[in-house]
Amino acid sequence: MNDSIRFILNGEDIALTDVGPTETLLDFLRLKRRLTGTKEGCAEGDCGACTVLVGRLADGKLAYESVNACIRFLGSLHATHVVTVEHLAGRDGALHPVQQALVDCHGSQCGFCTPGFVMSLYGLWLTKEKPGRREIEKALQGNLCRCTGYEPIVKAAEQVSLMRPSALFDPLERTRSEIIARLWAMQASGTIRIAKGEDRLIVPASVQALAEVLSQEPDAIVIAGSTDVGLWVTKQMRRLSPVVFINHLSELQSVTESEDGITIGAGVSYTGAFAAISKKIPALGRLIDRIAGEQVRNMGTIGGNIANGSPIGDSPPPLIALGATLTLRSLEGQRKMPLEDFFIAYGKQDRRPGEFVESVFVPYPKATSRFAAYKITKRRDEDITAVLGAFLLTLDDAEIVTDIRIAYGGMAATPKRARTVEAELIGRPWTEATIQAARPAFDADFQPLTDWRATAEYRQLTAKNLLTRFYLETVGAPAELKRFEEVA
Amino acid sequence: MDKSTFEDPKVVISGPMHGSLRHDSAHKHVTGTADYIDDIPEPSGLLHGALGLSDRAHAEILSIDLSAVAAYPGVVWAFTGKDVPGVNDTSSNGSHDEPLLAETLVQFHGQPIFAVIAETRDVARRAARLAKIDYRDLPHWHDIDGALVNGSSLVTTPMTLQRGEPETEMPNAAMRLKGRMRIGGQEHFYLEGHIAVAIPGEDDEVTVWSSTQHPSEIQHIVGHVLDIPSNAVTVNVRRMGGGFGGKETQGNQFAALAAIAAKKLGRAVKFRPDRDEDMIATGKRHDFLVDYEVGFDAEGRIHAVDATYAARCGFSSDLSGPVTDRALFHADSSYFYPHVHLQSKPLKTHTVSNTAFRGFGGPQGMLGAERIIEEIAYALGKDPLDIRKLNFYGQPGSGRTLTPYHQEVEDNIIARIVEDLEETADYRARRNAIIAFNRDSRYIRKGIALTPVKFGISFTMTAFNQAGALVHIYQDGSIHLNHGGTEMGQGLYTKVAQVLADSFQVDIDRVKITATTTAKVPNTSATAASSGSDLNGMAAFDAARQIKERMVAFAAEKWEVAPPDVVFLPNRVRVGDMEIPFPDFIKQAYLARVQLSAAGFYKTPKIHWDRKAGRGTPFYYFAYGAACSEVSIDTLTGEYLIDRTDILHDVGRSLNPAIDLGQIEGAFVQGLGWLTTEELWWDDKGRLRTHAPSTYKIPLASDRPKIFNVRLAEWSENSEATIGRSKAVGEPPFMLAISVLEALSMAVASVKDYKVCPRLDAPATPERVLMAVERMKRV
Repeated sequence: MNDSIRFILNGEDIALTDVGPTETLLDFLRLKRRLTGTKEGCAEGDCGACTVLVGRLADGKLAYESVNACIRFLGSLHATHVVTVEHLAGRDGALHPVQQALVDCHGSQCGFCTPGFVMSLYGLWLTKEKPGRREIEKALQGNLCRCTGYEPIVKAAEQVSLMRPSALFDPLERTRSEIIARLWAMQASGTIRIAKGEDRLIVPASVQALAEVLSQEPDAIVIAGSTDVGLWVTKQMRRLSPVVFINHLSELQSVTESEDGITIGAGVSYTGAFAAISKKIPALGRLIDRIAGEQVRNMGTIGGNIANGSPIGDSPPPLIALGATLTLRSLEGQRKMPLEDFFIAYGKQDRRPGEFVESVFVPYPKATSRFAAYKITKRRDEDITAVLGAFLLTLDDAEIVTDIRIAYGGMAATPKRARTVEAELIGRPWTEATIQAARPAFDADFQPLTDWRATAEYRQLTAKNLLTRFYLETVGAPAELKRFEEVA
Repeated sequence: MDKSTFEDPKVVISGPMHGSLRHDSAHKHVTGTADYIDDIPEPSGLLHGALGLSDRAHAEILSIDLSAVAAYPGVVWAFTGKDVPGVNDTSSNGSHDEPLLAETLVQFHGQPIFAVIAETRDVARRAARLAKIDYRDLPHWHDIDGALVNGSSLVTTPMTLQRGEPETEMPNAAMRLKGRMRIGGQEHFYLEGHIAVAIPGEDDEVTVWSSTQHPSEIQHIVGHVLDIPSNAVTVNVRRMGGGFGGKETQGNQFAALAAIAAKKLGRAVKFRPDRDEDMIATGKRHDFLVDYEVGFDAEGRIHAVDATYAARCGFSSDLSGPVTDRALFHADSSYFYPHVHLQSKPLKTHTVSNTAFRGFGGPQGMLGAERIIEEIAYALGKDPLDIRKLNFYGQPGSGRTLTPYHQEVEDNIIARIVEDLEETADYRARRNAIIAFNRDSRYIRKGIALTPVKFGISFTMTAFNQAGALVHIYQDGSIHLNHGGTEMGQGLYTKVAQVLADSFQVDIDRVKITATTTAKVPNTSATAASSGSDLNGMAAFDAARQIKERMVAFAAEKWEVAPPDVVFLPNRVRVGDMEIPFPDFIKQAYLARVQLSAAGFYKTPKIHWDRKAGRGTPFYYFAYGAACSEVSIDTLTGEYLIDRTDILHDVGRSLNPAIDLGQIEGAFVQGLGWLTTEELWWDDKGRLRTHAPSTYKIPLASDRPKIFNVRLAEWSENSEATIGRSKAVGEPPFMLAISVLEALSMAVASVKDYKVCPRLDAPATPERVLMAVERMKRV
């Protein structure tokens, strides 16, 4: 039983014994199954034309999430329910309400992106009773349409939210209990190992098994969400082997809240972490809303965002500012370190052979502290960071800065503290004059690069200005544009 | 045209002209059953192709070693330009400046040098990376500045438009201003990338499925590269997943490569480039550098304009001639220039050859004109809208109706459109409120702008203004419709089907819309220049007319009534006082041996154009519109939001209001992307680094205006006898987005109390907005 990847595709049980570690769900659907409703628009998780739903058991419940089939590897789908657009309409051809609403509102023109929009809207319809415009836009952040200008699609989402026919109408509600039973029976009893030619994939049965695998195979590629590694395959045509999938490991999926902070398992997706984080650290929650699109947030993990070591990863700067602690694990046990120490140089992290990121502990800001994180991009949503600044400020009763932690992304080869700026501010009164006086210190901390996202000049200037924005917000003069006022 | 044909009958059919019928494929779109070319069941033995691209911007090719490519397991054939049986050229205009595969010289980073054919697409892509190519580098430049500094050649003959005495009159103006505007290009980002499948037939025959706006050109090019006549090539396309001009000529290379391999190997071959390769190896909207001088009086009335429009054309001419021409045709926007001199400069650069894109140079031309208006307004301390209104073309007889190309503007409704929108959008009050807001707001600033659109309709190449349609009625009364236009989402098939349903007075589900194919309607023009419905609608109307005339003659003779007593009523025909259901009537006509098939044809009347003289009537009519946009900017970061947009747009008497509204909203948002977040970025090696959606940012749902009110000018009717008195809608609303750039500009201008023209260039990324704010502070 541990020599195959098994999942349910729409209604059908699938068991794959001959599957490579980097075969994508999209190719499987289109090439092997000729399920051509799911489209390839970009093959990098940015356009959403390939959106499908993946249902998974968590705590005995079955939850469906939208994902990008183009960068989702088959090896990560064990014991899941994959739902494509072909599953929606009734057998008699009757459209699902989500589909009907798109037709009625003239929500398709060329139609190529439409199945992806159907699936994203369906994912929203399944999980939110009456979404507002903000929630609709958030659900559609990962779907590009070049024809309609989106207005009719958003209207369709609003219209369909008012229609909730009996659960019997909906194909997933109708089969929920049956699917739960089938998925339950599918769960692997041990570690799955599959070799195809020289390429191997491993799905460890537990965290302990993961540690064992990595001690034997220290060069293995560990994949949680594959939202970055997916592109190594689809764009760079890289061969990866062996690949170890960890996104199913429930031990890495926990979000634990304690009195002084929150521990996020390495396998927790952005979506999974969002609720707890936005409740306790709202500014971080708002930032998560601007990371990628919904499909990528459903797949990508904070652990992966850290382990990957990108200088423009969105979670490290705010976590560094908050003073987060990283826990690495290997067969030898756990190792903890301040998150900022993990990033050594460009592409180099303090991860020893056989180690993997297990969790990150994020301390809550003290009641007397102020925390903010700002992301600057060319396009507001679903864009990669040009500059990201995060600030944690502590003042004494006399409004003197007793402590401030400032970390930036996009400004150096790694996520990096602005230590000279911090030193300029500590011990000074928290005033506009102090902020102004600290501006030159940025030049000592950062020498950013010019690329297609921004020039060095713009990066340096906005980095300085974000400190001003933070100051203004702390004194009650909000300086950030918000499309919607409410916070989820 | 006889309008009585279109009068509403007492009982109406479903799907008549002017009705808001949904897109004919909507059901298939939402269920995933609409077949795009990659979805069509594949022929057995299908092979897959991939491109081998240059990694130099400009270099001599010293040698090409494909041995490792050919040896890769699964590779069937790797070939170069030397293996092209016919002419190694895909240039759309016959100038032979665009090799299918570069043989001795590469002229842009990403130019195709060879192709690999393999058993799977994955194998072909992997093998394509194994070639060893030796180059000798040559100097390269990738932008307009580089082209100007290096004295680059032009890819085609430039055009000059002149009227009045600009040279002598410019110095006579009370005030004069000079300036320069940079306007960025744009990637089409059709969601379905390029794709072609070629299936070899017997003898020299080949059938090609291509995602193209121009099947006849694909047919021509495939014939050309294979050295076979056009009658051996059949090109089909049922629908594209978006085109926007990007599939007017750019599909040639993929179809040509697939056809060459298919004929050589005797197997079907598919080419579907990866998104990155599609963006690297196919052309885009032209960037422009506009140098302008304007002379005007103290009121702000324009006296003379002199402007040069320099364009980044890429390495070959492609459509750069007509694109830069159209930029000049729209360098007047909606304004009368008493004295004017306009010149195009189609510059050669070492980049992919730029091509058609919705508006086809028109948006860049108009944007330059609107910048001139801004210059005058800020110089005089006036509201730009007042300067606009002062300079609008006048009504016939006003002496202010002649364009720089010597065509009279006879159908001018821009003043009415703008006044209507000014009132319904509450422009004046909101502008005052914004000025008050800006006075008190330290970092967040707002702006508002109301800008006009006047867009000339017709291909400027007169010969392209023709179309054909083929209509059959079968014995059971079902109708088969085919025409030369292609469906790329714009709803053309739906509109033409409405024309036919209306003509025969039958419910639209009686009409089957069939895939566009060169075998049914020959010598078609590209579905482009907003002309699809105008041309093909009329051609279908003509086909219906012919069949109806035969049916009337038949009925009049058979039932011995006068021809006027044969009337097409909804789903039936009245002959004298007898009413016959449509299918029964058709059966009778068949039995009487009436020909129930016709080829319709249409050519646009009145137009002519003498490019050398810069005179003529290139446009049959104009489409108008206006937009009012309000924005907020953050002067600390340059980030912005579009708070509200109001649009009033003229589509004449709409053939399908729902589809037209969709075109307007979609075009506006696409224009918004062009002017805000869509930035093409080349590095110093001449490599395009924004070649995928991760780096190239088109608008999302959350980028559209937060409040978005769009109306059709319902009172408008085309003064020319177009199909149903409608107007073209594909391109004109794209330019409504200029209101956003100018609103951003006003928000920037607030930093210096609106006393200095911000000269905000496009695309106005947050970075450009912030840098414009910083410039203002230093003035």
